Amino acid sequence: VTWAYVLAAALVLVAVVFVARPFLREPSPLSDRLDEPGSEERRRLELAEERDRSLAALKELEFDHRTGKVSDEDYRAQVGPLRRRAAEALRALEPREGSQRDHGSPDARRLS
Amino acid sequence: MAALGRAALLLALGLILYALVAGSFAAWRRRRRLALSAQNALLAAFPATLVAAIVLWVALGRRDLTLRYVAAHTSRDLPLGYALAGFWSGQEGSLLLWLLILTAYAALAVWLNRRTRELIAWVVPVLGLVATFFAFMLCFVSSPFDVAPAPADGAGMVPSLQNPYMLAHPPLLYLGYVGLTIPYAFAMGALLSRRTDERWIVATRRWTLAAWTFLGVGQLLGAHWAYVEIGWGGYYAWDPVENAALMPWLAATAFLHSVMIQEKRGMLKVWNVVLVTLAFCLSLFGTFLTRSGVINSIHSFSQSPIGGWFLGAIVVFVLLSVTLIYLRLPLLRARTKLESLVSREATFLYNNLLLVALCLTILWGVVYPLLSEAVRGETRSVSKPYYDFFLHTFGLPLLLLMGLGPLVAWRRASLRSLGRTFLVPLAAAVVTGGVLLALGFGSSWPGLLAYTFSAFVAASIVLEFARGRAATGSVVRLVRRNRRRYGGYVVHAAVVLLALGIAGSSAYQTQRESVLKPGQALTAAGYTLTYRSSAATRGPNYTGFRAAVDVSRGGSHVTTLHPGMNDYAIEGPSNEVSIYHDPRSLGDVFTSAQAVKGGSIDLKVFVKPLINLIWVAGLVFVAGSLIALWPDAVEERRLADRYAAAPA
Repeated sequence: VTWAYVLAAALVLVAVVFVARPFLREPSPLSDRLDEPGSEERRRLELAEERDRSLAALKELEFDHRTGKVSDEDYRAQVGPLRRRAAEALRALEPREGSQRDHGSPDARRLS
Repeated sequence: MAALGRAALLLALGLILYALVAGSFAAWRRRRRLALSAQNALLAAFPATLVAAIVLWVALGRRDLTLRYVAAHTSRDLPLGYALAGFWSGQEGSLLLWLLILTAYAALAVWLNRRTRELIAWVVPVLGLVATFFAFMLCFVSSPFDVAPAPADGAGMVPSLQNPYMLAHPPLLYLGYVGLTIPYAFAMGALLSRRTDERWIVATRRWTLAAWTFLGVGQLLGAHWAYVEIGWGGYYAWDPVENAALMPWLAATAFLHSVMIQEKRGMLKVWNVVLVTLAFCLSLFGTFLTRSGVINSIHSFSQSPIGGWFLGAIVVFVLLSVTLIYLRLPLLRARTKLESLVSREATFLYNNLLLVALCLTILWGVVYPLLSEAVRGETRSVSKPYYDFFLHTFGLPLLLLMGLGPLVAWRRASLRSLGRTFLVPLAAAVVTGGVLLALGFGSSWPGLLAYTFSAFVAASIVLEFARGRAATGSVVRLVRRNRRRYGGYVVHAAVVLLALGIAGSSAYQTQRESVLKPGQALTAAGYTLTYRSSAATRGPNYTGFRAAVDVSRGGSHVTTLHPGMNDYAIEGPSNEVSIYHDPRSLGDVFTSAQAVKGGSIDLKVFVKPLINLIWVAGLVFVAGSLIALWPDAVEERRLADRYAAAPA
């Protein structure tokens, strides 16, 4: 029983050190604030999701058209609005992501 | 040993409680170091729980009968494998398994998502809340480390549990049950942090799919276990314990489909959080059903130490989730609408409604006898006809939808394009139905419809692959291009095999029973079974007998089967069935026998066409799930790009 208590005490000690580690590593940090996205970042994410959704839908539509699941008429009726939505999302994203990537992104070039 | 186990569990409870309290405070007050500390506590809870689990395994292996749990579930002559499997054969061990898997999953989920700090900060306390419940139960209500003076021998393990499936079936089910906690925790974390974008879905895609796969495979293994072990000739009896696993699986199936609509169209956000909550609460309810004793009687439930706690926890989780969803409704509004009732997303919606309807009718079938006994004091049971009715009512349209969905385009589909894509599957269904009707399969309309709809679905899947291959040049390229879609089609193929197997083995089975003397025979569905003799048998912890039954067809000897009984020294008698798998019909000749005075046997025979397709379906199901689960490098890059600028 004694060795069990010694082992249990060792486990507790290791656990306490591990749990306290963030405080031991940074006793007095410059900032202890947990980041959260501002309204600008949330909007960027929304647009990025919209962009990905529209591009995926376009890809799917083209594939379905090639495999004969979507008729020429349906394809023509759907491809325009989808391209517009994707282009709008890309345009809205570009000023936000301008610092991160080239304005003439492959997606934008493909839709222009 | 027991002291170490108890200490490890207390340590795990302390860590988890810290993760809950400190994690909640840190997420609320935006404290970075405290949030990291809470994450570390959750990470450390796993090794602490693992120590407790190892202690129990060692005690089971050594048959340390001073532990009440070990004495109640093993005996000295129980083979080692089954003694170790005793871990999950009782209430306390099962709760420990829940906690062990939950802390392992939680640690993995926290570690994998450590960069998404803002979301994970809220996920940690939710996981902490679920884990606190189980750790508390293990420490103070139902401990596997209670000690008592050792009896001369243990109570042993129920004979039907002494089967190799005991080693795999319960852990797989628990991997599934517990796995549903992760998407639930992320969904609640997203609501708490007001991050109702797709990040929680992206983070939990594979968790949901993996949990769903484990639950599916676990159920199939359980069905096979019941088939080969119990001896009643079936594999699914709509037993509450079986339904306990089926319900969360159905809810998770609905979620897996509806979440695709959120990803592709930004719709059904509320529905998705409701479904993931339903799946999680049903997994808790499943554990409650199997472990509280409520199934035997409402009275045994009130005597069970865990029944009330579980019911209370389920009520708390439902109330908290519903309140949170209600408070966040404005954030969950969809910006797009369903464009047409004839579209892929509409078929997904119909599929969801049918799945949830089936799930809820099963839930009512499970709950009604309990309510009846609790409220009126009347013992009622909901039996097979109730479940069969709803399986036919909701299951057959679901099967048909599985074929229709892939043929319909997203957003909207014109009648002309539908006519073109439906032509081949429709022809396959009409021809199959007509031929089967002519062959006399009209004796069971549900069976005939299941076969006909299966032909439709199978043709639509083949057509999808053929068209995709023509467009991309190879099946491998096609599958690589969209693993989730084509993995999903493979899973659909598994469901077709399952439907064929279930329809064949239930709607068209033949059953015979007769008391036979040596030399006498009975016939069933073209097979002649002749009883030859009986012989005694002996195993490590049982004695018994095996009958020799010759099986012939068209005058030719096919095989000799050996059904019989085992009589376990401590645990009692058990049926030992003997089965011939017919490679031509993919069906079985299933036999069980009981000894009757004077060397006679009571022989029961079932001829079950196509039943082996059910087990093949399991393999195909795993293959499809693995295809869908396999990482997609292009997709990973796209998501990394999307979340690149999000706060770390």
